[in-house]
Amino acid sequence: MQFGIFSVGDVTPDPTTGRAPSEHERIKAMVAIAQKAEEVGLDVFATGEHHNPPFVPSSPTTMLGWIAARTEKLILSTSTTLITTNDPVKIAEDFAMLQHLADGRVDLMMGRGNTGPVYPWFGKDIRQGINLAVENYALLYRLWREEVVDWEGKFRTPLQSFTSTPRPLDGVPPFVWHGSIRSPEIAEQAAYYGDGFFHNNIFWPADHTKRMVELYRSRYAHYGHGTAEQAIVGLGGQIFMRRNSQDAVREFRPYFDNAPVYGHGPSLEDFTQQTPLTVGSPEQVIEKTLGFREYAGDYQRQLFLVDHAGLPLKSVLEQIDMLGEEVVPVLREEFAKRRPAGVPDAPTHASRVAAAAVADADKEVTSS
Amino acid sequence: MKLVVVSAGLSVPSSTRLLGDRLANATAERTSADVQVVELRDLAVEIAHNFTNGFPGPALGAALEAVASADGLIVVTPVFSASYSGLFKSFFDVLDPEALAGKPVLVAATGGSARHSLVLEHALRPLFAYLRAVVVPTGVYAASEDWGAEGLVERIDRAAGELAGLMNGLAAGRSGSVPVSVPTQGGVELVRGGGFEVVPFEQQLAALRPE
Repeated sequence: MQFGIFSVGDVTPDPTTGRAPSEHERIKAMVAIAQKAEEVGLDVFATGEHHNPPFVPSSPTTMLGWIAARTEKLILSTSTTLITTNDPVKIAEDFAMLQHLADGRVDLMMGRGNTGPVYPWFGKDIRQGINLAVENYALLYRLWREEVVDWEGKFRTPLQSFTSTPRPLDGVPPFVWHGSIRSPEIAEQAAYYGDGFFHNNIFWPADHTKRMVELYRSRYAHYGHGTAEQAIVGLGGQIFMRRNSQDAVREFRPYFDNAPVYGHGPSLEDFTQQTPLTVGSPEQVIEKTLGFREYAGDYQRQLFLVDHAGLPLKSVLEQIDMLGEEVVPVLREEFAKRRPAGVPDAPTHASRVAAAAVADADKEVTSS
Repeated sequence: MKLVVVSAGLSVPSSTRLLGDRLANATAERTSADVQVVELRDLAVEIAHNFTNGFPGPALGAALEAVASADGLIVVTPVFSASYSGLFKSFFDVLDPEALAGKPVLVAATGGSARHSLVLEHALRPLFAYLRAVVVPTGVYAASEDWGAEGLVERIDRAAGELAGLMNGLAAGRSGSVPVSVPTQGGVELVRGGGFEVVPFEQQLAALRPE
């Protein structure tokens, strides 16, 4: 099972001091977080993609390329890549390039974004959001798998004799996750391709995540990629930890109360009860996270949100230290104990290259 | 059959709730419906939180589910600043916009004087028309003075008769040998999973192919 960090990349004033980091500071903080994730033995760092203030990560492959050059093992991912408003040709090129530079340590998560005006800013119609995600991904899928592509669709200029370069590393495209909070069409899309499905699992009641994952798993089996239990599921989670749970609650409360998205709403206590948010000791985080499998099944990737709402970098890095030292080692062991045989690990470049070699060998046997 | 009353009265006791109860009793007499009352006052905080965090708390979730699964609905609001109350509108803002489609609804309001009685026609009826509910022709407005005057009982009976007629008619239609329909969207059969209904991916993709 993979564990990691996903960041929205918001620039939010620290409510306890009123001071907001500059964009430069926030960008440097994000890459420091990624480096810390590698240092403490986490597996994944994923950045969001946004095209409006107060968010900084507009150019994910630039950031991930920088991180790739300074890390050895960390898988670089996104949360999410806007499949609706980006040109799928550019996504194919950018992420294949990143895949080469990072020696395969790359996957990505498709999403539709959270900001309506991004569609008109990039010349698209938000009412076509699902259709854009469907058509653009269908093209991206072919660009990574077919050397020469002739293509015609509704939303993009046609392609004749187009070859996306560089070709994916070892002929194996980056693994793709599809992220959606509440669109069953996206769970269906992920299932159709046999790709991963990621539910951000934060800010919403668990029951909602459960239903989306159920749909994805049943349709994954329907499309013949494996059993429902073998479908590739990723979940988010939101945590704030201190050794003593009362200290965690006291320190996090002003950040919670003023947070973008859910601040000025329910109490910290109600929200931790109703959603997967955990504010407390490492033991409490372990217990709540192990509980996710009760509604999502045995899953492959757990990403934590630790750096939003204006938390200072120092506190964020402390969170990642505690994850690496106290939480993730226990979670790895406990999840592994509970996982039945036959539930696969999260795909990596190495495992996908191996799978492709087996598939090729099968093909040769059949044809000879 | 289930009849749900949504009451946005704030005081206890409330003339808005009183009107809702009178309408519910008159409707229940003409149907076999069980009556459930949703008091928005009790849900005010959860409704506000639904706006800030995007999902309903447990009590609001149950109320929204009751409304969505009702066979008929009676909605009653006090008149505030020449319209329905903000709390009343907020409840219907957090309700799934499809939840009332085709559902019989009786609209009612209370006010201090008769001068706002057309609020039923200029505010409530358009709201429920937008939500594609079937609003019965008679709406019931009760000013303070109506509680001591002739006419209110007759209006309650007429409105309740109209609502009961629709509810009974729809129930009779359902109890016949209507085949269980496969859900469709644009002629495509939907598939189910996790409580969702979704267009199969091949069809979603095929609809985008250039002719």
